[in-house]
Amino acid sequence: MMRLPTFAYNAPADAAEITRILHEEGPAAQVVAGGTDLFPNMKRRQVEPETVVSLYRATALRGIEWDTDGSLRIGPTETLRALERDARLKEDFPALHAAIVSISTPLLRSTGTLGGNLCLDTRCQYLNQNYEWRRAINHCLKCTGDTCWTAPGGTKCWAVNSSDSVPVMIAMGAKLVLQSTEGEREVDAEDFYDIEDGRDWLKKRPDELLTGIRIPKQNGSRSTYMKLRRRDAFDFPVLGVAATLETDGDVITEAKIVLNSVGPAPVRCTEAEQSLIGKKLTDEAIEEAKDLSRKGAKPLDNTDYLPNYRKKMVPVFVKRALLSLR
Amino acid sequence: MTLRRIAKRLLVNGEEHEVSFLPHRTLLEVLREDMALTGTKHGCELGECGTCTVLLDGEPVLSCLVLARECEGREIETVEGLAGASGPHPLQHRFAELNAAQCGYCTPGMLMTAMSVLRKTPAPDRETLRRELAGNLCRCTGYLKIYEAIEMAAEDLQDG
Repeated sequence: MMRLPTFAYNAPADAAEITRILHEEGPAAQVVAGGTDLFPNMKRRQVEPETVVSLYRATALRGIEWDTDGSLRIGPTETLRALERDARLKEDFPALHAAIVSISTPLLRSTGTLGGNLCLDTRCQYLNQNYEWRRAINHCLKCTGDTCWTAPGGTKCWAVNSSDSVPVMIAMGAKLVLQSTEGEREVDAEDFYDIEDGRDWLKKRPDELLTGIRIPKQNGSRSTYMKLRRRDAFDFPVLGVAATLETDGDVITEAKIVLNSVGPAPVRCTEAEQSLIGKKLTDEAIEEAKDLSRKGAKPLDNTDYLPNYRKKMVPVFVKRALLSLR
Repeated sequence: MTLRRIAKRLLVNGEEHEVSFLPHRTLLEVLREDMALTGTKHGCELGECGTCTVLLDGEPVLSCLVLARECEGREIETVEGLAGASGPHPLQHRFAELNAAQCGYCTPGMLMTAMSVLRKTPAPDRETLRRELAGNLCRCTGYLKIYEAIEMAAEDLQDG
């Protein structure tokens, strides 16, 4: 039996009360929405929060709202299933829709939320195991041990950001709203994940609550999301590629290519992006961007598929993504 | 921490029950251990297999990852509620007829997910079934009999 450890439970209806608890409890408290990430991690004793603050009564954190200018606000506790069924979201933000539909399975998307996927804990084959398994290897850097078994010589945790929605949010220039007792701040999705270590996978303080997701109108841009994994359901990505292109006529004016699941943080392929600006999306332009995309990805041997294969797949998936945007 | 049981009203298969359980228990644990509804199966407990699937307000969810205390006031449906006064549900009847259950461990979850699909899509095509049932693992049948049983049950239900 893998039961949840015990915890004090709170489920306030308003965000102010939630942030008050987070302020008081600090890192001892964990926020839960759908529970599809936190509860398995708690059952495996990777995390044992003293207090669990549930968002299920905080109805103001749900909802999908379109602004008159075509930008979108999503409440973080909106379920992935509800977003998947939103026809306008599918039409206007196809890459986000593709990413959401690819997350796990319908059963997990029924309760799992977009905010949860954006805050998804990093994953590693030396971490996502039961307690006895981890004890047998004397634990790892991310969870009470002193060695990273992925890269034992170093001092860094290499657990992988395994979210499908994160690279898409960065490619779309989304902003995240964080609330604490000190007030509200808005961060670019790109900055929110600008981290080095799998133990600190978000630039979010423990007392902050994700209260909003804002996605700007995509100015006639085309976007896509492609994902490498072994099975076509259930599996987390072992490589995710999000790409958006803005064009003036045939000429590319802005390009974003974002990789995920090749390390603790998502990776922007800035050189590949730059190489596309001012060009048409010709075979030659795609080949050049493809070759330049190899640089940032450093997949290690801590998830499914061999790291060499995943690294080889980076340019292949970038090429496929760009071809699909023609 | 002292653990005091909490009392909640749970609406299971159309019947309201006052149940007392430990505050950190999942819906799966409460159904099986506090309510003796052992039809819902206990599999991986981590959201990786789908055998604990129940319907919560009509949506198929994994009862191993839902806190029972958050289910108060919501409609819970388990495999025990499928059969009616006139006998097994057409889904159950067709599963039995086609041997869509071999070891049977995934069957309650399969039936509940299938039930939710048929309510939304009375005549699902094969691709819809494959997609919607992707969260329910079966290691015996190879799925073919399961899809066929659901398709036949869909026809039975449409014929009335």
